[in-house]
Amino acid sequence: MPDLSINFAGIKAPNPFWLASAPPTNSGYQVMKAFEAGWGGAVWKTLGVPVINVSSRYGSINYRNTRMAGFTNIELITDRPLIDNLKEIEEVKKYFPNHAIIASLMVETRAEWEQIIKDVENAGADGIELNFGCPHGMCERGMGSAVGQEPEVLETIVGWVMAAAKIPVITKLTPNISHIVDPGLAAARGGSNAISLINTIKSIVGVDLDTYTPYPVVGGKGTNGGYCGPAVKPIALDMVKELAQHPKIKHLPISGIGGIETWRDAVEFMLLGASSVQVCTAVMHYGFGIVREMERGLVDFMNQKGYETIYDFVGKALPNVTEWKHLNLKHKVVAKIDPEKCIGCDLCYIACDDGAHQAIRLPENGGSRIPEIIDENCVGCNLCSLVCPVEECITMEQRDDGTQHLTWDDRTNANTIPTTFNDDLAGGKGHFVPKPTDALKRKG
Amino acid sequence: MAEYKKPVTELEFEQNFAQKKPLMNPTEAFYESSRCLFCYDAPCMNACPTHIDIPLFIKQIHTGNITGAAKTIFEANWLGNACGKVCPTSELCEGACVYEGQNVPVIQIGRLQHFATAQTMDNDITLFHPGPDNGRKVAIIGAGPAGIACACELRTMGYSVDIYEAKDKPSGLTIYGVAPYKITNEEVLDEMDYLQQQLGYNVFYHSPITSAEQLKKLEAEYDALFLGVGLGGTATLNLPGEDKENVVGAVEFIEDLRMHHHEIDVPDTVVVIGGGNTAVDAASESAKMGAENVMLAYRRSKEEMGAYVFEYQFAKTAGVKGLFSVSPVEIVGDEKATGVKFIRTQNINGKLENIEGSEFVVPCELVIKATGQAKQGGFLSLIEGLKMDDRQRIVVNMANYQTTNPKYFAGGDAVNGGAEVVNGAYDGKMAALGIEDWLNSK
Repeated sequence: MPDLSINFAGIKAPNPFWLASAPPTNSGYQVMKAFEAGWGGAVWKTLGVPVINVSSRYGSINYRNTRMAGFTNIELITDRPLIDNLKEIEEVKKYFPNHAIIASLMVETRAEWEQIIKDVENAGADGIELNFGCPHGMCERGMGSAVGQEPEVLETIVGWVMAAAKIPVITKLTPNISHIVDPGLAAARGGSNAISLINTIKSIVGVDLDTYTPYPVVGGKGTNGGYCGPAVKPIALDMVKELAQHPKIKHLPISGIGGIETWRDAVEFMLLGASSVQVCTAVMHYGFGIVREMERGLVDFMNQKGYETIYDFVGKALPNVTEWKHLNLKHKVVAKIDPEKCIGCDLCYIACDDGAHQAIRLPENGGSRIPEIIDENCVGCNLCSLVCPVEECITMEQRDDGTQHLTWDDRTNANTIPTTFNDDLAGGKGHFVPKPTDALKRKG
Repeated sequence: MAEYKKPVTELEFEQNFAQKKPLMNPTEAFYESSRCLFCYDAPCMNACPTHIDIPLFIKQIHTGNITGAAKTIFEANWLGNACGKVCPTSELCEGACVYEGQNVPVIQIGRLQHFATAQTMDNDITLFHPGPDNGRKVAIIGAGPAGIACACELRTMGYSVDIYEAKDKPSGLTIYGVAPYKITNEEVLDEMDYLQQQLGYNVFYHSPITSAEQLKKLEAEYDALFLGVGLGGTATLNLPGEDKENVVGAVEFIEDLRMHHHEIDVPDTVVVIGGGNTAVDAASESAKMGAENVMLAYRRSKEEMGAYVFEYQFAKTAGVKGLFSVSPVEIVGDEKATGVKFIRTQNINGKLENIEGSEFVVPCELVIKATGQAKQGGFLSLIEGLKMDDRQRIVVNMANYQTTNPKYFAGGDAVNGGAEVVNGAYDGKMAALGIEDWLNSK
């Protein structure tokens, strides 16, 4: 049995699966229930300045028959009294002394920060997470993402917190910024012990076509919300990678957040440098029980790969994430269709013909619906294999022998890059494309 | 005890004849429509005799544009609602669904089609309007699927249309001949009302056209005529004893059942003679009417039956027993039939031969003959220059459905010899376009 326990900047937990600061961590009841279900830690729903919440708070993106592929909320930080939350933190810690409870905080003044840090430390919190991410409501009052978007302000507040806190501090970043490294560096300069990301993305998930109001609708009006759920995972993965690779930030542990629902999602975050993961939407969808799939999948993965602790593979994909200019231009793949598996939907054909490089043809006689790859036209883009509804029917086959290696960077250094608009050295020259008028001869 | 109890009330009849393809609820339709792959040049669409853009209407259902879905369906097939329920979809659109290739359940296209059209009809949403009056008049003989489809299409182009129907209800075999578990009378008539209300063609019921004088009058009064006359009653077998009182034709039996439901009397033992879909339907229906012993007797082997395999399987589930390679030689009994005498047959190099001395009698209280429908040859011979083929089908130019008498167009069973509702619907629509082209070219 591999060891799933973590020591995250001094915060110990039996496993890396934490609940993100959100509705599932609104009360001691929920957090206790979560720990019972197998979660290793919980970031308490943000404590701080008093708020009033609205009714109608969530909205979602459904893709085909999948509910909540993306999710949004306009809920604010906790609206329960601080004293109740502190009592419940204390009580949960009594029952679960080895589980991590991190208090998420959001206040305004230095004095307020100092006071609330003392309060949560007294309640027994194992760590603090600074909510500099919330992109709705709180930012209008100068907190949340308003701080996360101003690296200097962020650094100042992190400094106040570090001067006051005796327990580890995690700075939670907003993705609503053009370059995530800037607030990441500010957190590091301020002395933060760790970083967590991403908070939700500023968003409108949809508009009611009858009332002309964005969702969720609050009395005939709407506002932007914070977007999360499976749809945001790719954005989060990239931002985690950005910080995990940065020489001035990579010494800080990263807690990965954003659309994590399965063990695969969790492992992907870890491979890009996260050493704990936080989950919210999946729990809001399926309940705390979803962790059992994540935990078992992680154990199976570690057993299969021979890893004893999660630190054996945290960051293992980072060396393979490079800049485009370092990719091998000599690498060549071509699609291959398995005619035994093909069901003849011809989505690959139309995707390639309309959406890519006209490298698939249908049999002329019309008898069979099994498409054929036109090898010489195929640029190896993968599109056909992505749209194919059959498992392992279209595969991408390597055609180069792997011995040659030449990158854009190499060519730049060798002075062999194309430099003019019609340069013979450019890539697409001579590549087959049908005549424009051929479009009029085709069906569909 | 039979598989089914004899229904004595309408409710019991409905229970015995529970719909094989019940109306989907919105959640079912949502999930089912989500699965469609939106195939390129979709095989389902090509398998549909009316070429409905199936991937489009399924996508429309999924995106909440139910009315748009119904429009896509009706634009291709005026009997889109009925066809969703009565089409042999496993042989047509659903049989072509590519999911079959990986043993994934195929999309329930028929039920989705019914869902979209039924919801649009129930909400009284107007989808179609008659075209501006073009001053032309067309007479249609027969208010079956072909005639109704032809009328609808002509009305959208601005024609005046009068339909002459011998019976008292529209839709032909859709209401008179389809098994009751496939579609209810109300469902059939709802669609007929829906179409007629929007498109405003006239239907004259109880108005059989039977004489040369009537035809002459129609020819004088109308710019073109469409023959959607279908087939006649059950053909005679020329068997001794065939005229006994409890020997009935399958077409007549089914019509009686559809019109009178539980009020008709089906005895405990029934022999159905035939191996086609109508025979299998009549057998299933007898069993569902509570008959204990329903024998389906066919002169060739089970594999050679004309009926769809799924229909025979369905009949067996209802309690029907098959008897194969037996040919009827006589209906025995006095005034009433008490049984059917069969002789066993064998297939010698493709030729069916009786086995000497193998006769035996299957006792029964009702004999249903499902051995094909007679043709309307007598009536059709009154039309000047109308050519029939050697199987007594009206010969038409398949490009425009024009007969050899240029003023007459024709479609449906009278042309194809007996097919599905969907084939009639397609023929009628195409004939309307043929009429338009022909009149424009005159």
